[in-house]
Amino acid sequence: MSIDVGQIRKDFPILTRTVREGRPLVYLDSANTSQKPLQVIDAIEDYYARHNANIHRATHQLGEEATEAYEGARIKVGGFIGTADECEVIFTKNISEGINLVAYAMGNAAFAGPEAERFRVGPGDEIVITEMEHHSNIVPWQLLAQRTGATLRWFGVTDEGRLDLEGIDELITDRTKIVALAHQSNVLGTVNPVREVAEKAHAVGALVLVDGAQAVPHMPVNVQELGADFYGFTAHKLCGPTGIGVLWGRRELLEALPPFLGGGEMIETVSMERSTYAPPPHKFEAGTMPIAEAVGLSAAVDYVTGVGLDQIQAYEHELLAYSLKELQTVDGLRILGPLEADDRGTALSFVLDGPDGREIHPHDVSQVLDAHGVAVRAGHHCARPLHRRFGVAASTRASLYFYNTHDEVDALVEGLRQTQKFFGPA
Amino acid sequence: MQLESMYQDVILDHYRNPHHKGLREPYDAEVHHVNPTCGDEVTLRVRLDGDDVADVSYDAMGCSISQASASVMTDLIIGRPVKEAMNTGDEFLKLMQSRGKAEPDEDVLEDAVAFTGVSKYPARIKCALLAWMAWKDATAKAMEAQA
Repeated sequence: MSIDVGQIRKDFPILTRTVREGRPLVYLDSANTSQKPLQVIDAIEDYYARHNANIHRATHQLGEEATEAYEGARIKVGGFIGTADECEVIFTKNISEGINLVAYAMGNAAFAGPEAERFRVGPGDEIVITEMEHHSNIVPWQLLAQRTGATLRWFGVTDEGRLDLEGIDELITDRTKIVALAHQSNVLGTVNPVREVAEKAHAVGALVLVDGAQAVPHMPVNVQELGADFYGFTAHKLCGPTGIGVLWGRRELLEALPPFLGGGEMIETVSMERSTYAPPPHKFEAGTMPIAEAVGLSAAVDYVTGVGLDQIQAYEHELLAYSLKELQTVDGLRILGPLEADDRGTALSFVLDGPDGREIHPHDVSQVLDAHGVAVRAGHHCARPLHRRFGVAASTRASLYFYNTHDEVDALVEGLRQTQKFFGPA
Repeated sequence: MQLESMYQDVILDHYRNPHHKGLREPYDAEVHHVNPTCGDEVTLRVRLDGDDVADVSYDAMGCSISQASASVMTDLIIGRPVKEAMNTGDEFLKLMQSRGKAEPDEDVLEDAVAFTGVSKYPARIKCALLAWMAWKDATAKAMEAQA
């Protein structure tokens, strides 16, 4: 069963608007943030209009309803990513906070009891990441290494844009404490062999954290089958609202992991000298949480599940193959990342030369595309080391979602030809 | 199309054939500035001769707006008194913050009036200001070294 894109687009009111002097919007920036269907917008509005109260601490009916909605979202998200234990689902602000949570909690392990032993990081220990990570999966680990004296190491990337696994046995060793990698690259689209890496990591007793921000919106994800210890993603790339993300972790790890942020609701008892902490997930949810956003995320999970992640993946695969083929018909265009659609997502980053062979800067490309109504992203997409790896400072990125059409890909390609004309010889 | 209001011919001319580009000796101060959102970079050198801007040389990589702005800037300030050049820089900053509503003084800003259209696009204002910020920084360093 394939998906009916025409029908789906009716759920997204923003897709019918025009931009820049009445041009139909061609939104190809979903890896940045996805658009939201009415079902999500309505769920948030309904929550505020009818159920709004603080959770876990109000004894009145609205408090019960709000708590039920929030905890219901947790159960729903758990099922969505393949865990029956909703205590393994922590709500965060976004994926960056989820990764920082683990990195800072590991740093805090030095001051915690013996139960936190396996999280302790110090001189001689190694943290392994990859060259294709988003800055949010680089900087928290650099900071952890700086605080603890541990060493940061990383996988390289091949010219084809795949993870270079050649030196994996030298990279993942008994010194490795944690391996953190993207499930799918936000620049190259590459889907990484997470299970293979996780097996290596577990064989040496290391933990595995997976950044699933670009994967969860596009494919069925089962955290148990992947073999991850921690898996994070964010709602706003999944048709949900900004302001809420998810960190999943194996329960026994979350029970032993020291807290990150301290505050209300994350405690068991507090005295002036010291505190004890609530069990997970609440241990990691200090202060009033993004409740309406959790409701929105829950509606987003319902929405994409209703369309079907298998169907989304199949449709996007076909649209991606078409896009790769069409983009390569543009002279002077070089795609960063795999040129075949297998094990590849829909982030399409490229550099474009003008007719004179001189590179047209991505900011200029995106500006001309914008004038044609085509919204893309220009820059290093929070992956500067990866761009350096490919010898460029920046790229233009078109990223597709299941509401995009073949006509929109054609509009992109036509816009790129117009861009070359615009910046061609005077 | 609105596009032409940003990419005036003057800007595209400077982009295609930038003036005073390339790093030159001697110099009193050198700075390296980046635009963290897009990765544009400029290395810029300043040489002062008393109270005058004797030379500004630069090596830059970036979009047409940032490249053209650097080129226009050097036309405006090389050979001028530092004080006057700073004043021109302030006028340009005001223009870029005007969201397209300013009526710039062509006697002061010359080719830089072409950037009025750019000021309508918040994402591109930093591009236009990159070289100017680098020049101000380098000049401050050069004056400090002199003092």
